[in-house]
Amino acid sequence: MSDNGCGFPAPGLHSFLFKPIFTVGGFEFNKVMLLALLTTLVVITFFYAAFGKAKVVPGKLQLAAEAGYDFVRRGIVYETMGKKDGEKYVPLMVSLFFFIWIMNIWSVIPLTQFPVSSIFAYPVVLALIVYLIWVPLTFKTHGFVGGWKNITGYDNSLGPIKWLVSFIEFFSNLLVRPFTHAVRLFANMFAGHLMLVMFTVASWYLLNSWLIPAAGVSFVMTMAMILFELFVQAVQAYVFVLLACSYLQGALAKQH
Amino acid sequence: MIANLVQLAAEHAEEQNPLIPPGPELLVGAIAFAIVFFFFWKKLLPNINKVLEERREAIEGGIEKAEAAQTEAQSVLEQYKAQLAEARHEAARLRQEAQEQGAQLIAEMRAEGQRQREEIVAAGHAQLAADRKAAAQSLRQDVGQLATDLAGKLVGESLEDSARQSRTIDRFLDGLDETAAKAEAAR
Repeated sequence: MSDNGCGFPAPGLHSFLFKPIFTVGGFEFNKVMLLALLTTLVVITFFYAAFGKAKVVPGKLQLAAEAGYDFVRRGIVYETMGKKDGEKYVPLMVSLFFFIWIMNIWSVIPLTQFPVSSIFAYPVVLALIVYLIWVPLTFKTHGFVGGWKNITGYDNSLGPIKWLVSFIEFFSNLLVRPFTHAVRLFANMFAGHLMLVMFTVASWYLLNSWLIPAAGVSFVMTMAMILFELFVQAVQAYVFVLLACSYLQGALAKQH
Repeated sequence: MIANLVQLAAEHAEEQNPLIPPGPELLVGAIAFAIVFFFFWKKLLPNINKVLEERREAIEGGIEKAEAAQTEAQSVLEQYKAQLAEARHEAARLRQEAQEQGAQLIAEMRAEGQRQREEIVAAGHAQLAADRKAAAQSLRQDVGQLATDLAGKLVGESLEDSARQSRTIDRFLDGLDETAAKAEAAR
């Protein structure tokens, strides 16, 4: 670990590295992978308990799950894509939202205390899935030429600058978009985790003699950060799904 | 060999690039998400959608039922009102008819009474006329007889003195009065 002279174990990139729990034929299974699989387990268990034997007159659990489901379906998918186009993508968006949300929430759960989405690979997988859906969908909806026009925003009425606009749009939509889509989620969780580790470690580190009041401040900050992170975790899941919907909607739209 | 690499990676932790995703993590992430997605897609969402649809239908069915019941109640009420109005109308008509019939009956009775009274009066008049006629008849006979009697008496008594004559006439008249009184009493 880094040593800057005072012995403070400052959090850094090493906070995001985990020694493998076990190794099977070169495949290192670490804590984050375990949490990713636990995420799957939690989401499926919860929704199976709620929707497995769904009733017309719902119980409390089903009611809560229905509220979450309805939030994604109506609040995000129908709002951006409309009911007709959106219906098909509801399962994807619902899975994305709850999977990401639970991946984020591990950040503040005692003992696990690590957001899976702060490891770049996980947001990348999800952003890639969305990317691999909306790009083919664009060409399927508008044909080859129409698809390129849709992606590049090519429009004769723009005159000579249409080439510049098309180039920028091409660059922004096809290359930057999937990257920012993944990075937005990753960076938020990464920074959030750094902050949490920072204040938590500081609370311990400052807990001696005359520095105890400072440790108290740090502890309060930890609590505040946990509340803030809870908020950010939900917001990031929401934003990720909202953007996914808007990309799909853009692919289906008549005029970009 | 791999353990050595891991060791190496841990030693060079500061050199790691968080933006280069390691392959195994990508795989695990993809699998973890795929399981969630397929569960939602194939099982859970069709499940809940079916239930939500059933609930929607149940609610709409309830509303439809209530509306149907209301419509029926409305129609029954209207029918009832119509019947009531008809009954009132009928009652009024019957009353009117009864009144008319009553008036007609009274008029008929009155006419009958009038007719009977007139008949009785006419019969009385006829009787009276007949009586008078009979009386006149018998009077005429009697007066002739009486006059003859009186003349005979007057002649028989030989008209001596006027006093006797007048007495005779008086007696005759008294007898006449008596006869009249008797006839009156007999009536």
